[in-house]
Amino acid sequence: MSKSALLKSSIAKKYWMALTGLFLCTFLIGHLIGNLQLIFMAGEEGRRAFNVYAYFMAHNPAIKILSYLTYFSILFHTIDGIMLTIKNKKSRPKGYAYNNAAANSSSSSRNMALLGSLILVFIVMHMANFWYKAKIDNSAPFPLHVYELELKQDGKKVRNDQTMYYFTHQPTLQPIPKNRKLVYRDTTNNITDLYIKGTNIKIAEGYKDLHSLVFAFFGQDKSKYGFPKNEQALYFTLFYIISMLVLSFHLWHGFASAFQSLGINHSSYNKLIKSSGKLFAVLIPLGFAIIPLMIFLNQI
Amino acid sequence: MNLTLKIWRQKNPNEKGKIVSYPVKDIDGDMSFLEMMDVLNVELIEKGENPVAFDHDCREGICGMCSMYINGEAHGPDRGVTTCQLHMRKFKDGDTIYIEPWRAKAFPIIKDLMVDRSAFDRVMNAGGFVSVNTSGNTIDANATPIPKEDADKAFEAATCIGCGACVASCKNASAMLFVSAKVSQLALLPQGKVEAKERVIKMVNTMDEEGFGNCTNTGACEVECPKGISLENIARMNREYLKAMILK
Repeated sequence: MSKSALLKSSIAKKYWMALTGLFLCTFLIGHLIGNLQLIFMAGEEGRRAFNVYAYFMAHNPAIKILSYLTYFSILFHTIDGIMLTIKNKKSRPKGYAYNNAAANSSSSSRNMALLGSLILVFIVMHMANFWYKAKIDNSAPFPLHVYELELKQDGKKVRNDQTMYYFTHQPTLQPIPKNRKLVYRDTTNNITDLYIKGTNIKIAEGYKDLHSLVFAFFGQDKSKYGFPKNEQALYFTLFYIISMLVLSFHLWHGFASAFQSLGINHSSYNKLIKSSGKLFAVLIPLGFAIIPLMIFLNQI
Repeated sequence: MNLTLKIWRQKNPNEKGKIVSYPVKDIDGDMSFLEMMDVLNVELIEKGENPVAFDHDCREGICGMCSMYINGEAHGPDRGVTTCQLHMRKFKDGDTIYIEPWRAKAFPIIKDLMVDRSAFDRVMNAGGFVSVNTSGNTIDANATPIPKEDADKAFEAATCIGCGACVASCKNASAMLFVSAKVSQLALLPQGKVEAKERVIKMVNTMDEEGFGNCTNTGACEVECPKGISLENIARMNREYLKAMILK
């Protein structure tokens, strides 16, 4: 077996489609659980939790490996899919004058390339809306999120002359002298550190407030998050919800299809695979779609 | 019943074809679809026109020769039958019926509704056999114990008549159902296991070279297959291929 068959054979191409597709399914689960924090944790606590989570996701080395695997999977799934589609179109140069495809197959199974293309458009938009702003763009007016709280021990306030700052990326508290004067200093890795003026004592670290970014993006009142006024929340929300519907149709066929491509087809498990695929295709996109909807409707 | 037939007419492989309308009258519900085509052809011959060329042989649903794409489905709207076993009672008086040849790059049109399916033969020649010594010391097949379940599955796969309905129905003109049935019927039996790895790789390579598309698991082939060949065979071939790729 030549090495090129690993990429060129029609069956091997399907293995790669299945493996990258299923990996992206696990990514969806992780991404959804992370995002659900946006709606299940309200107020300042929720904002803090989400930003701590976002910092962790951006800086943990294991997550970094997973994120590169995700980028790779998206790219590979796309390129492989385009190659498969081109070959498939070439395999029937002239179509039927009358074709009753609905009699033998589901519309989502016949339109995976179209659905996938729409999902790719969504991914590009989504990365421009959030990923780019979180990782690359420093020009956006990012309000620093500094979580301030009083330090209590055994239910009693500890010394009044100290105000505590919370390190958003690590769950420790740092005392700040009463006559504190803070300066913000941008450092190289997108983190804004808080220092006491005139010293090198770091008292807190803040970073891009992704929680506010999301709420400003989908929320109708953006001004309270320190972002410029934006009237497009409705369009963004609709775009995200429709994209999730597209994703749902893609998964409706894709999930179970991946198992078939990998040769996993057994009468004892087929029902389980098919029904969990359909459940997955409904629940995951639904979970994602609820987030912008609830923020838009101001329900959190 | 009276019908309007819209039939693909094409003089030869190189000429551009087109759909031509033909009215047919007094068709009996008990006629098979091919008998209805015979009625039309007799009329055409009497008028001095060229009859419609179509493939047929046994007319008993077992040879796999007939190959019409009828009203958007391979072998027509009925399930589990070939065109010769499709009866006109499945249609109503006044119906318009589209009749087209199998459409696939690997199945070039010879004339009208006839296509060249020798690509299937070349896939078979690549590995769809068991190399047996026939010089007088052959072993009786029944002397080799085979689990009943495996024997049944191999037999089910072997019922494939190679008609090409799977290729015609597949939106990608993929031959995976046919090739997988042939791979399965041999891979499931001890006699075929000996050459299983080589076989699957050679047959899949030939399938790809012949210009068939990729399987996207729509399942259309299984629904339209006159012999009900299961998608299970495609999964088995995917496994066999993976095994062969890794272990070879």
